[in-house]
Amino acid sequence: MNTAANITTQSADGAAGSELQKSEGVWAAAWRRFNSDKVGLGSAIVVIAFLVLIVLAAFGLVAKNWQAEIGVPNAPPSFMGPAAKQATGAIDAPQGPNVDLSAVDPLAPRYAEWEERAKQFQTTEVPKAETLPLGGDRLGRDVLAKAIKGTEISVFVGLAAAIAATLIGTMLGAFGGFFGGKISDFLEWVYNVFESIPNILLIFAFAAVVGRGVGSVVIILALTGWTGMYRQVRAEFIKHRSREYVRSAEAIGASSFSRMFKHILPNVSHVVLVRMSLLTVGFIKAEVILSYLGLGVRVDQVSWGTMLAEAQSELILGHWWQLAAATLFMAVFVTAFSLMADALRDALDPKLRGLE
Amino acid sequence: MAAYLIRRLWQMVPTLMGVVLLVFFLFKWFGGDPAEVLGGLNASPDQIKSIRTQLGLDEPVWYQLWLFVKQIVTFDWGKSWATNESIANLFATRLPATLTVMVPILILEVVLAIPIAMYVAYKRGSLTDRTLTVVTTVALSISFLVYVIVGQYVFGFQLGWFPVQGWSDNLATNLSTYVPLPVFLALLVSLAPQTRLYRSFFLDELGQDYVRTARAKGLTENKVLFRHVLRNATIPILTNIGLLLPGIFVGSFLIEVFFSIPGIGREVLLAVNRSDFPVIQAVTVYLAVLTMFINLLTDLAYKVADPRVVLK
Repeated sequence: MNTAANITTQSADGAAGSELQKSEGVWAAAWRRFNSDKVGLGSAIVVIAFLVLIVLAAFGLVAKNWQAEIGVPNAPPSFMGPAAKQATGAIDAPQGPNVDLSAVDPLAPRYAEWEERAKQFQTTEVPKAETLPLGGDRLGRDVLAKAIKGTEISVFVGLAAAIAATLIGTMLGAFGGFFGGKISDFLEWVYNVFESIPNILLIFAFAAVVGRGVGSVVIILALTGWTGMYRQVRAEFIKHRSREYVRSAEAIGASSFSRMFKHILPNVSHVVLVRMSLLTVGFIKAEVILSYLGLGVRVDQVSWGTMLAEAQSELILGHWWQLAAATLFMAVFVTAFSLMADALRDALDPKLRGLE
Repeated sequence: MAAYLIRRLWQMVPTLMGVVLLVFFLFKWFGGDPAEVLGGLNASPDQIKSIRTQLGLDEPVWYQLWLFVKQIVTFDWGKSWATNESIANLFATRLPATLTVMVPILILEVVLAIPIAMYVAYKRGSLTDRTLTVVTTVALSISFLVYVIVGQYVFGFQLGWFPVQGWSDNLATNLSTYVPLPVFLALLVSLAPQTRLYRSFFLDELGQDYVRTARAKGLTENKVLFRHVLRNATIPILTNIGLLLPGIFVGSFLIEVFFSIPGIGREVLLAVNRSDFPVIQAVTVYLAVLTMFINLLTDLAYKVADPRVVLK
């Protein structure tokens, strides 16, 4: 946190003379407010726990073998016990020794030879688990491992797209707001163009040309989702560009670039941070829908969206556990993240408290 | 008024040009070669060449852009690459189905959300109010997909109250048989967030001085709420409806996919999967135009709703 460090040193410098006048920095005050918000703090802990899980999954420490078919197909969750054996309706296997057919069987002379050759190949029959902690899918893959791996992909896509959209929106907003004039007019025009197309159509149009895969989804969401950020950052820069601290920076010869990103940006970064956390939630939901529709991650990857797509046909057969697992992971993470974003907004922007 | 209209229409021109340029160059530069998409895997070089000539792909870029603009202005987009159906026909046959589902959703959403929102705003801070906030946060964190999957399973498959999916040619049958379940599920998801939004509009108004004055005059609470507060909250409500309105023409593609409703949304999704560029381009451009006009109409509606608004 470079900006946080900047601000604390600034306030420390200002209060160098007397300890008593030392005022609380923006981030320190925000942290104090955030700390007193029990709901925000609790949800932040849940989010951090998820992030740890994601990092572990990314390094292959958990859910590495999510593709292994370790259970019987559609194995139920452990607490339900194994599925009842279904009556196959087959004829009972005959008792007693086999009837000797070697006199009439034309293949009989070669049985010994084939048995010899078959011994060269080892087939190991891995015992398939009857039940799995959260059940198994159609292929007998562990739903728990899939949910963890899916969390990794879905959250990664949401965060990466939010960061990319934030970069685009902040850069354009900073330039438009700071310089005004022709640059601002041009960027406003671009903004109006993007805003005039319904969001979902814009996403589809980009999806039609960009292709599939995790990277593509990040690009699509970032290129279509930057507009709100741009608008807000632009408004903040217009507000700040004529404030005293920026003008005095100009007076001592700070370049435009330095005023924009060293002076103004740290002072509006709380707005950016709040907006980014809201974007993340939106993008995670969008990724789930895109993946469900087959416009998202590749088939050899798993995300909450692909799990839901599989779960739809499983549900008809009464195998509800994959649906429940994906929904539960998503609901817990997104609720915690939204509550954390709300708490963050209240902590960083106390003026907004109580407004929706 | 006329001067205002003319200026607003004039302001649309650059935005519209931008939309056309964006859609044109997006598909031109990143969309791959249309001739190869059209020709398929087994096309011979000759075939590819003739398709290129036919589509005007050998012409300079400015001429292709001109062709594109001409298509937009004359409403003649030719035929879909995938099905060879004329795109005008595609719009004409798919739009009714989309509207049949989306119009009831929009109307019910507004008609139900406003009174509930007014009630919870009036009872601000009460248990109902706080319950709504919590329910909204949790409900919104679950993907819309889950609601539809579970809803279809429970109400359509298990309980058998509605057909799981389907569509007919008869508007009355559609409305009475096939539309209720999708509308119900869509409302289930959208009602809570919409209510929360309208609640904030009403809260803004309830704190105003005129409310206190109206109460001091001795007006009944009903009169205060419905005559004074509702009237003043109309502007943000209209803005919100204006934002929702373009959506009814695209439809909720998820609903259309789940319930096999032959609407625009499903068609666009199919077009994306088949790389059927003309369909996507046409829908995108026309929806953008429509959105701009709806924005203009919303601004005009402000004037009707609130005589104090000055259009300039």
